[in-house]
Amino acid sequence: MENVQVFRIQILAIVGSGLLIIFILELIRRKRLKEEFSLLWLGMGIVFLVISLFRKLLDKFSYLVGIGYPPAALFLILIMGLMVILIHFSVAISELKEANKRLTQELGLLKKEIEDK
Amino acid sequence: MKKIIIVPAYNEEENIGRVLAATEECCPDFDILVINDGSTDRTSEIARKFGSVRVIDLPVNLGIGGAVQTGFIYSKEKGYEVAVQIDGDGQHKPGEVRKVLSPLLDGKADVVIGSRFIKRGSYKSLSFRKVGIKMFELTNRLLLGERITDSTSGFRAYNKKSIELLSRDYPDDYPEPEAIYFLKKNGMTIIEVPVEMDTRQGGKSSISLVRSVYYMVKVFLAIFVLILRKHD
Repeated sequence: MENVQVFRIQILAIVGSGLLIIFILELIRRKRLKEEFSLLWLGMGIVFLVISLFRKLLDKFSYLVGIGYPPAALFLILIMGLMVILIHFSVAISELKEANKRLTQELGLLKKEIEDK
Repeated sequence: MKKIIIVPAYNEEENIGRVLAATEECCPDFDILVINDGSTDRTSEIARKFGSVRVIDLPVNLGIGGAVQTGFIYSKEKGYEVAVQIDGDGQHKPGEVRKVLSPLLDGKADVVIGSRFIKRGSYKSLSFRKVGIKMFELTNRLLLGERITDSTSGFRAYNKKSIELLSRDYPDDYPEPEAIYFLKKNGMTIIEVPVEMDTRQGGKSSISLVRSVYYMVKVFLAIFVLILRKHD
């Protein structure tokens, strides 16, 4: 009985991670997502796909870092992955803000140039 | 010698007219440049009524740092040798421009800061703000070994060298205290001279209590990071 349940969640996890990867690839294909931003998402999808295909890996990882309850390791990996992605977003937003500032200044200066002509 | 007065202004329709009138009167040897930082009121319209005043309208609000930096870029491109910053809110008295200007012309410094606190002036400051400014003074003394009493003052004169430097890099928000460290780090000499300032006459200051806390934290973080950074 327990085996059937484990099997079920394994299938679900494989399908879920597979769908995530396909969804990201589809977004890139339709040019809705830049490659730069897709890499981290794809990486996370692949990590989860590998973990769901080879469940022993999660047990080994938990043992290695000293987590008694392997599913908790899953959350750890998930949260770490999301953190990396969010920090990446903050960096990207900061870069955009800087670019935006430069553009605004340049636009103001150019408008002045045109007015003076 | 080409000299310019840079006046950053964001929604200052109540004050900008008076500031510009006084500036025109006191400083006919200066060009006057208003950086209208995406105001939604009549700031730009009022400034443009003054024939001698140049106005740059920024399409969106960048904050004081981005606005003033636009003035530095303009000054650099047009080959100005001296730039004086006066805030558009009427706090700085244009009549005091000579005081911040003269050490610069004597070649005593690259940047001159007009300070409210060197001598007792007529400026009255709220107490919590004073605490913050005192903290900056202490930090300046510890880290720079110099006595700079009015880190938050935006009443400043810059020579060609410092204009060039700041046109490349200037902090975005609450730039004044941070800029002192950036300037020092890049080998600029800074001196302070006593000036008188008014408490605000119209409109409202952009700094509330919550914001002053953010101000302090942001500035100290920026200074800390600036020390860690090697050279830009």
